[in-house]
Amino acid sequence: MTIEELHTNPAYQDALVDLLYQLADDDFIVAYRGSEWLGLAPHIEEDVAFSSISQDTMGHATMLYELLESIGEGDANALAHARKADERKNAILLEMVNGSGTYLQEPKYDWAFAVVRHYCYTLAKTIKMKSLQQSSFEPLAQLAVKINMELHYHLLHWKTWFTQLMKIPGESQERMVAAWDRVMKDMKGVLALGSYEEDLVKYNVMTNETQLMHSWMQEMQSLISNYHLPIEVRLKMNSGNGRLGEHSKDLEDALNTLSSVYRIDPTAAW
Amino acid sequence: MHAKQVEEALHQVKDPEIDTVSIVDLGMVENVTVDHAHIIVKLLPTFMGCPALEIIKNNVEATLTQSIKGIEKISVQFLYSPPWTSSRITERGMKQLKAFGIAPPPKQMDATGEWHVDCPYCQSTYTTMDNLFGPTACRSILYCHTCKNPFEAMKPVSTI
Repeated sequence: MTIEELHTNPAYQDALVDLLYQLADDDFIVAYRGSEWLGLAPHIEEDVAFSSISQDTMGHATMLYELLESIGEGDANALAHARKADERKNAILLEMVNGSGTYLQEPKYDWAFAVVRHYCYTLAKTIKMKSLQQSSFEPLAQLAVKINMELHYHLLHWKTWFTQLMKIPGESQERMVAAWDRVMKDMKGVLALGSYEEDLVKYNVMTNETQLMHSWMQEMQSLISNYHLPIEVRLKMNSGNGRLGEHSKDLEDALNTLSSVYRIDPTAAW
Repeated sequence: MHAKQVEEALHQVKDPEIDTVSIVDLGMVENVTVDHAHIIVKLLPTFMGCPALEIIKNNVEATLTQSIKGIEKISVQFLYSPPWTSSRITERGMKQLKAFGIAPPPKQMDATGEWHVDCPYCQSTYTTMDNLFGPTACRSILYCHTCKNPFEAMKPVSTI
């Protein structure tokens, strides 16, 4: 299926558009949360690495919003900045604040939460991109190939932090386990595919939710056994389903901050 | 006006962050078509979040306008398919990267995805990775234990 052929199958288009919003909104908000760490990461090398990863991820969001624009969803910048919280399809886990305080005032961010959230998300994204490389929607299949090449480095990076901090006894392991328990409470929402799942599978846009969760759990389980980590996989979705437009106040606050320049001048060059 | 002429002119457009290497030698130019006075240049971004893309686009337009007469329209498009890979860098590009103090990407990665490059200054193989992520998306930071210099390397990027 190409962009030009989409009009021949409105049900296909509806499901595809919903999925593209999920993918774009996930990358957009998680890249924003990552960018809030700039200058605050544990050491300078990490500052460079994390900002580079966030920049790549924001680049992926840009491509996905541009794909939505070419399908007729409107201007890519407006899709990123002007949509209200309840129109967003990102998973709730990805919008949660990094910790107490703000970037400018007493940021008491939780590095363990950042490591666990970003590793869990990057693994989920890698599994989705692998499936999307076989997608019946050609532009998305091509995009998935490109994204996957960059993701390789992100996954390597977060896996290193994740396994090392999980292995160090004492405060490190305690905080990592606490962060893991917190992430598990909403990780299911990252792997959820929303209300068009059936059509996405029917039209071979991507694999189903059960398969995604299975692959994710299998990868994580093998990591846990290889490294003898003191954690268990229990996927839940306690805070709501972001794929259905359910969100927390954290997202509203984030949107208010990140879209402030856009609201002053929508034509500003970035 | 001929596509060859355009390709020639594109050699003058350098990577804004590595000014010894042209976008042609970096393997970013996928296709050039000339339709009367309309030139279409299709480029492959190295990394999608690269903030230099807009600058490269402007530089392509400015350079072509200056060096070729009679152009009415220039369209610069970025494609992500085929994906850019580090094997697209030409032999000359590899040398020019080295001249800038950046080790060219290794031709092959091993099965584990690990890779090794020699020091671009003293050619020593006694180097270690300091940070997989560097000052730009496409570069990593390494250290040479022989000549005690930190240096950068282009990340290998492949579809595997």
